[in-house]
Amino acid sequence: MTPDTPTKISIRDLNFYYGKFLALKNINLDIAQNKVTAFIGPSGCGKSTLLRTLNRMYQLYPGQRAEGQILLDGDNVLDAKQDLNMLRAKVGMVFQKPTPFPMSIFDNIAFGVKLYENLGRREMEERVEWALRKAALWEEVKDKLQQSGNSLSGGQQQRLCIARGIAVKPEVVLLDEPCSALDPISTAHIEELINELKSEYTIVIVTHNMQQAARVSDYTAYMYLGDLIEFGDTDNIFTTPSQKATEDYITGKFG
Amino acid sequence: MFSLYARRRLTNTLNLAASYLTMAFGLFWLSWILFTLLKYGLGGINLAMFTQMTPPPGSDGGLLNAIVGSLMMALAGTLIGTPVGILAGIYLAEYGSRGWLAPATRFINDILLSAPSIVIGLFVYEVVVASTKHFSGWAGALALSLIVIPVVVRTTENMLRLVPDTMREAAAALGAPQTKVIMQVTLRASKAGVITGILLAIARISGETAPLLFTALNNQFWSLDMNQPLANLPVVIFQFAMSPYDDWHNLAWAGALLITASVLGLNILARTMFHQKNSQF
Repeated sequence: MTPDTPTKISIRDLNFYYGKFLALKNINLDIAQNKVTAFIGPSGCGKSTLLRTLNRMYQLYPGQRAEGQILLDGDNVLDAKQDLNMLRAKVGMVFQKPTPFPMSIFDNIAFGVKLYENLGRREMEERVEWALRKAALWEEVKDKLQQSGNSLSGGQQQRLCIARGIAVKPEVVLLDEPCSALDPISTAHIEELINELKSEYTIVIVTHNMQQAARVSDYTAYMYLGDLIEFGDTDNIFTTPSQKATEDYITGKFG
Repeated sequence: MFSLYARRRLTNTLNLAASYLTMAFGLFWLSWILFTLLKYGLGGINLAMFTQMTPPPGSDGGLLNAIVGSLMMALAGTLIGTPVGILAGIYLAEYGSRGWLAPATRFINDILLSAPSIVIGLFVYEVVVASTKHFSGWAGALALSLIVIPVVVRTTENMLRLVPDTMREAAAALGAPQTKVIMQVTLRASKAGVITGILLAIARISGETAPLLFTALNNQFWSLDMNQPLANLPVVIFQFAMSPYDDWHNLAWAGALLITASVLGLNILARTMFHQKNSQF
């Protein structure tokens, strides 16, 4: 199950509970550094839940808890002593729906940077431009940085959120169905972007769209009802899956 | 099948007619009140009303001391009540998902919201006026702030709850501590709504008579001293309207029109503010 590249995150014996409901059952998984790992599976299989344990997003809600170990460069993320804000500065996340903050495009990007770095005006401008260029949005917004983030189209907003996420220079970027609210052209933009970003970041993407998983990811995990059914090289998973259940899902027999 | 459709159309027509009728019923009384107010009040509105003090019966005068007193107490009441209300609203919306304190606070706040204002007047009378042994502008301001607080708590909480959780998650996902998330993201997203709540609270206290009757009382003379009894529009209107003198009646009508116009203005301002928000940020 272990990919032959350096491991960034090791998930060990992870169980996750929504109250009393066991949503993830004994998950073991290694996420490779500077690669794209995709989680696929039908709705309710736990793929988003698994993603949200990696930056402990679930902690915002009472009654949700995780047991086991998630080792990020060897440190257990689930440890009670782990500083949540520092963790999230290292492990960025982009959500299903674009969520620009109620402020200008510039401030949307600067917001996260200001939390951890004391940059001068000039440096901040450079950082904002850098992040917007990375997210392939710079050319479209460079003349309207002071406009509200809400004035952008849905696809642009999502790229703004990606730019915001990478502006703080995280090590890992988590993408939770980042294209599900976007049209095909915006989706293509984002997929291109994922390809470019993986040279510098470790990327984990949750997607409903199997073609997307096949196109963008290096490794794929197929999940069903809280179990990790199969994990491996994306090419192998999509051509010669070892499990019958995986094959049924990716060939469209169910799901 | 056709009869089913016909029946549905009939039901629709009947219900629609009932809706229009009830709306007309409500609007009828409202416009009657406004019409009466304009008819009797408009004649009393003149420059003297804004430049002269409340007169003894039979002589000329205005409402200047009452207008200024009302403004001072409304301002002080808002300044005391708003920070408390906003902070409590933030607590309820952002931290109130666990524990017993938030539901209890919310429940008590709802009671306070619907408490008759005379009860609040009596309470401040007991606590402040009785112990200091005199009526004062501060006591009036305090009573008004107790009316402001629950309104602001309620609107602040509701407006913050309208901010989708995904926005909080997005800010938290960048590593922002909760205080930053609240101050820079959620409170900002609901700014227009929160300000609307404050404006509505000011509108609410502008016409309150009962809490001032027991606290600020009234003052026939010019005074800016918040430690002394202070003139204010609602109590002056109450006193003048109850009197047998025609010139006092005219001033009471004019004062009532002034308050109504201010409240109307505040409501319009609140509405436009709230609508602008949705087009801007």
